[in-house]
Amino acid sequence: RSSDLKHPAPKAKMVHWTAEEKAAIHSVWKQVDVEKDGQETLSRVLITYPWTQRYFSSFGDLSNAAAICNNPKVKAHGKKVLAALGGAAQHLDNIKSTLAHLSELHADTLHVDPENFKLLGQCLVIVLARKLGAAFTPEVHGAWEKFVAVSCAALSKHYN
Amino acid sequence: DALPISSHKEAYGAEALFRLFSSFGQSKTYFSHFDLSQGSADLKRHGAKVLGALGEAASHLDNLDQALSKLSDLHAYNLRVDPANFQLLSHSIQVTLAAHFPADFTPEAQSAWDKFISAVSGVLTSKYR
Repeated sequence: RSSDLKHPAPKAKMVHWTAEEKAAIHSVWKQVDVEKDGQETLSRVLITYPWTQRYFSSFGDLSNAAAICNNPKVKAHGKKVLAALGGAAQHLDNIKSTLAHLSELHADTLHVDPENFKLLGQCLVIVLARKLGAAFTPEVHGAWEKFVAVSCAALSKHYN
Repeated sequence: DALPISSHKEAYGAEALFRLFSSFGQSKTYFSHFDLSQGSADLKRHGAKVLGALGEAASHLDNLDQALSKLSDLHAYNLRVDPANFQLLSHSIQVTLAAHFPADFTPEAQSAWDKFISAVSGVLTSKYR
């Protein structure tokens, strides 16, 4: 309609990343082992916040920390989750659209409370801190908290 | 529990706070009177205070309400820090521990620390209303 040409829809607000933040995210991501770190991240979620196990009744033995850490389905799923976050890390200027289909999946099919995305994000940051030690400086850490928050927001977008 | 924290209360406490303020700017609103630069005397002093209180609480796990009563009053009637910030500080402390003690900060250790700090936070906010 001609009115659309006179008043175009406002551009979606883009997340602004500084050069330092992008560098921090990319350099850390290069060191991520999607399989090992994904397994550890998801294991920590299931161990630290046991109520999250409600989504994984088909995963078999989650009865204690050792069982969780050695569970092959946890390992496989952790890898999948971290790979998806890796996709977002490669498209920092486009996280919302990169994760849009996963947002719909989690909202409409999996019915996962978005609060869980935050829990996983926290565990991922802890895994990175363990892995990198002093190299996980407050500045690098801050960039990752932002990345995790933006990813959680993108994954939460399609809930309603 | 086995982590040698008490001898490094200032350093680790300051680091946890600096990580908190770097990642979660909203938490700085309670410290407009502080020098928040990395390693500042204010951060070291306050960080030591926070970790010291946690250490004290750790020796009174079966009686946290009583052990933290004064701090609970302080937070409820004086400081009135929004409860959301306790969770952010808890996370920042855990990241600090994970960075310095990668081998010891196992999933079980993380779980125990998260549960412990969560319990302490619960007591500190228990008199809010």
